[in-house]
Amino acid sequence: MNFYGVLAIYRFEMSRTRRTLIQSIVAPVITTSLYFIVFGAAIGSRIQEVGGVSYGAFIVPGLIMLNLLTNSISNGSFGIYFPKFVGTVYEILSAPVSTFEIVLGYVGAAASKALLLGFIILLTASLFIELQIAHPLIMLAFLILTAISFSLLGFILGIWADNFEKLSVVPTLVITPLVFLGGSFYSTDMLPSFWQTVSLFNPVLYLVSGLRWSFYEISDVNVWASLGSVLLFLLICFSIVVWIFKTGYKLRS
Amino acid sequence: MNDVVEPILKISNLCKIYSGDFNALKNVSLEIGKGEIVALLGPNGAGKTTLISTICGIVRPTSGKITVAGFDIVNDYRKTRSLIGLVPQELTTDSFETVFNTVSFSRGLFGRPPSPAHIERVLTSLSLWEKRDSKIITLSGGMKRRVLIAKALSHEPSVLFLDEPTAGVDVSLRKDMWQIVRELRESGVTIILTTHYIEEAEEIADRVGVINHGEIVLIEDKQTLMRKLGQKQLMMDLIEPLREIPASLNDFALDLTMSGLRLTYTFDTHEQRADITALLDGLKSAGIAFRDLQTSQSSLEEIFVNLVEGSGRRPFEREVEP
Repeated sequence: MNFYGVLAIYRFEMSRTRRTLIQSIVAPVITTSLYFIVFGAAIGSRIQEVGGVSYGAFIVPGLIMLNLLTNSISNGSFGIYFPKFVGTVYEILSAPVSTFEIVLGYVGAAASKALLLGFIILLTASLFIELQIAHPLIMLAFLILTAISFSLLGFILGIWADNFEKLSVVPTLVITPLVFLGGSFYSTDMLPSFWQTVSLFNPVLYLVSGLRWSFYEISDVNVWASLGSVLLFLLICFSIVVWIFKTGYKLRS
Repeated sequence: MNDVVEPILKISNLCKIYSGDFNALKNVSLEIGKGEIVALLGPNGAGKTTLISTICGIVRPTSGKITVAGFDIVNDYRKTRSLIGLVPQELTTDSFETVFNTVSFSRGLFGRPPSPAHIERVLTSLSLWEKRDSKIITLSGGMKRRVLIAKALSHEPSVLFLDEPTAGVDVSLRKDMWQIVRELRESGVTIILTTHYIEEAEEIADRVGVINHGEIVLIEDKQTLMRKLGQKQLMMDLIEPLREIPASLNDFALDLTMSGLRLTYTFDTHEQRADITALLDGLKSAGIAFRDLQTSQSSLEEIFVNLVEGSGRRPFEREVEP
């Protein structure tokens, strides 16, 4: 194992976060605070409790998941896309590092940054509402698995994309709608039965529901189904990454 | 191909076919000895960068075998890549990183533990130590090129590939680079460089290879190559046209062209320079007067151009007038 190689990639990626602190940390925290002010305090005060939880508290797992998903993807994709874009990827490809080690470095850093942001948002939320976390270990498992899975997805996007537009297509046109329609700000019970059935095909619903269960023990789908789905997604993404490195898709000629 | 006493790099029957059936490397075989400086010359698209990229692991070979210090580049990729340093053609750097950090990053990436002392040595040898805390974006093109060399040397490689190291740098910096290459060789590093500058190959290489259309057209010791192919011509514009070359001048390699108004003498730069006096004496004795003299010398450039154009004609090979 090239331990120093993994550490070099990881540190390099983390140092970029320090250089772009406002964009990486401050901006999401301000956006989330605005969500709490608008949805939690202004609109939420007029909405009755959902599953016995105040609306402000109800949206916390959804907001965390929204930020976790979008940041995992953007960190994961940008991490590998940027070296491709500027040409420095030659160094990674010519270094004595294995596929697994490259993924460990890039995805590890992307997931770490997303998790850090998730916890900052959790802290920010605690300033606006009284938080309860019924199952902290399950919460942690969901956050870690989701961050890793979607960082892997971002990594795949970063390899696939050959321009900045492609890089933003999936987060903007796929992930954000899925998060908003995946029960982040509402319970699927509130939907007509047809749309409840449709929602079951939205993978993000399982993530939000599972995370919400770890907070308040209320969920739209069974927590084990949620856990299973995130593990399945992780496996799919990792398999694709292994295939990419085996075939050299868009990396090695 | 030339036999090398102790090859550190051995390429056997290497082929690379890109998708679309573009044959970038055709059955390339090559051995490079430990501590050698080999210059690979070739026009754009000849396959130089593909060859280097394949050895370094960036491009996958279609067939053939490459070993570095006896290790296979596919099966023992960790070992071979840790022995190789690569300076790419393009100035590809992390613009917002500092010089010290980016060189340290490279060392770690190649599996070496941190060594600030080694990084300092490398940066100092490349006149970059004063710039260690500068962001790369603030450096000049020449300095960036040095940073790339520093990155490639950060993990103490045995083989260094320089892909057009002096492309776009000024004459003074180019000479500095040559000095750096010589010093690296003295420290035991084997250097393979690609270049468009023939004078670069003439100046620093031990052996010169010419690659064209994915094939090694020639690889030869530089001195031997220059001796074999380095010829000079003396052209004499005559006052009166000659019908034929006098028999008294048959010992000289003379051509009569331009309807008898130009005599061209082709000679070897290393061995026959003294014959010019004899030729001029011979011309005088034969009563041949000339109004002008000019000389031209075949350079490695002409050798290169002749080889890659596939004329099959050596420089200054005599043309037969119709």
